Amino acid sequence: MKILVCISHVPDTTSKINFTEGDTKFDTNGVQFVINPNDEFGLTRAMWFKEKQGASVTVVNVGGPETEPTLRKALAIGADEAIRINTEATDGFAVAKQLSKVIQDGGYDLVIAGRESIDYNGGMVPGMIAGLTNANFVNNCISLEIEGTNATATREIDGGKETVTTSLPLVIGGQKGLVEESDLRIPNMRGIMMARKKPLQVVEPVATEAETSSVKFEKPVPKGAVTLVAPDNLDELVNLLHNEAKVI
Amino acid sequence: MTPNWIWVLFKVYEIINEISTFVEIKNKEYIMSVLVYTESEQGKFKKVALEVASYAKAVANQLGTTVTAVTINASDASVLGNYGVDKVLNVTNAQLDAFNAKAYADVVKQAAEKEGAKVVIVSSSADSKYLAPLLAVGLHAGYATNVVEAPSSTSPFTVKRTAFTNKAFNMTTINTDVKLVAVSNNSFGLVENSGSASAEDFAPAIPEFGVHVQSVDKASDKVSIADAEIVVSAGRGLKGPENWGMIEELAEVLGAATACSKPVSDLGWRPHSEHVGQTGKPVASNLYIAIGISGAIQHLAGINASKVKVVINTDPEAPFFKAADYGVVGDAFEVVPALIEKLKAFKAQQ
Repeated sequence: MKILVCISHVPDTTSKINFTEGDTKFDTNGVQFVINPNDEFGLTRAMWFKEKQGASVTVVNVGGPETEPTLRKALAIGADEAIRINTEATDGFAVAKQLSKVIQDGGYDLVIAGRESIDYNGGMVPGMIAGLTNANFVNNCISLEIEGTNATATREIDGGKETVTTSLPLVIGGQKGLVEESDLRIPNMRGIMMARKKPLQVVEPVATEAETSSVKFEKPVPKGAVTLVAPDNLDELVNLLHNEAKVI
Repeated sequence: MTPNWIWVLFKVYEIINEISTFVEIKNKEYIMSVLVYTESEQGKFKKVALEVASYAKAVANQLGTTVTAVTINASDASVLGNYGVDKVLNVTNAQLDAFNAKAYADVVKQAAEKEGAKVVIVSSSADSKYLAPLLAVGLHAGYATNVVEAPSSTSPFTVKRTAFTNKAFNMTTINTDVKLVAVSNNSFGLVENSGSASAEDFAPAIPEFGVHVQSVDKASDKVSIADAEIVVSAGRGLKGPENWGMIEELAEVLGAATACSKPVSDLGWRPHSEHVGQTGKPVASNLYIAIGISGAIQHLAGINASKVKVVINTDPEAPFFKAADYGVVGDAFEVVPALIEKLKAFKAQQ
């Protein structure tokens, strides 16, 4: 089985979010970048497929040279090879189109992407690549088993979960549940050394149109201080929620 | 006499031409409608369906056009007229009883094409966010998600969306001829319109499913986190799963959904489906009540889209107090039962 894991290079959750160039660009100054959390669960699940059933695992990212450390980290975790599509990730569709080209060229059976990236939160890339490559698609995927070309997956729905069957080629939008947080792997020294020798191929992008464009960013208005209510004065809390906040 | 006849014929020709041009213009206006997918569950509209209908009406007003809704196995679509829908395309097909993203996306695509819709609106429910990327590819539509306001401009078509997990807003333009917008839950609200919708049966072609539902595991008597206006959430401060009775009671009094922090779901005290936060379910409720939750940044990232936040915690230094609107420093085991009594009394008065 050939598995492709799509990796987003995103600012760590604890990063300060600031913008530059007249609020049009994300300020990467002093920001620590990580593998997108939803992608990391998928990467670990891919490693389990490789170890238990035999599979090759390729990781791919759309981005400039500055995103390579994130791909090297994925290699250190255990992926066999990496591909970097050498262009700026401008919007979800453009990313999906670039990835689809790599998927079609590489003939992957299973594509694992995160349900959304924690930076732009588009949540559209997995579905778009399924649509563009005509593969089956399971979003919000919290478990996945594959036998031959048949797949059984569980997807999170509003208020519960649902079990589905489908077949390869398959794209999933993965999240926590594919593996648990305690299953995530931290690269060890041997992995880091080996990752240096693993192939990291840089491919040039295909032409794509800008279906959407980012005009500018805004930060939310800073929040006022919390209104404290004494534990023996809960009538006041009910009153505030009803008359001031108007939410009950 | 002959020249006169020619003149009359020419006049008749001119009049026919004028009428057909007029009809063409009317048609053109008509086929520019805004299409909204109004989703239902067991025949009943979800609350988000009425919210996206309200949003579609606002967009249609800006564009000077009408709203067409497409429904799938909804039992009574007349309520949509109250939220600004002018016309409903009702799809009734037993094959579509269980949700299938590919088939539903195809149905909405065919409806959009039939109406010549230039703007298509969906909600941010798990199902809509599942089908929308497939729909975007099918319609060659630029797609913006997590949209929180009506377009600030329709030419260029510009919307405000959340990004960086609610730590920022992003103004985005959609450049394609057909535009697809997913509205963030509880961001626009319901806007009533006195009107009525005409209804029409619509029988689109149904594609191969590809993905087949085997079983659904869902508590049908509970409000889901996605649909809830109020979410009551509890954390490790509750000490054990046996103490959740009061959380469920508080939720019941408020008509709220129950949720929990990540440690609680990791410990197996509550099901994973209740876990909210960055790696769990996103919450965008009107009111979020956090009980015994310290407020780790990953938790706050997932719930920050909620409008009003209340925290109940023994530790006044808990980071949640910085993110909350209202706070009670106190022991949940005393505060929650007392709050339930106060709320019961309040509800009885209403």
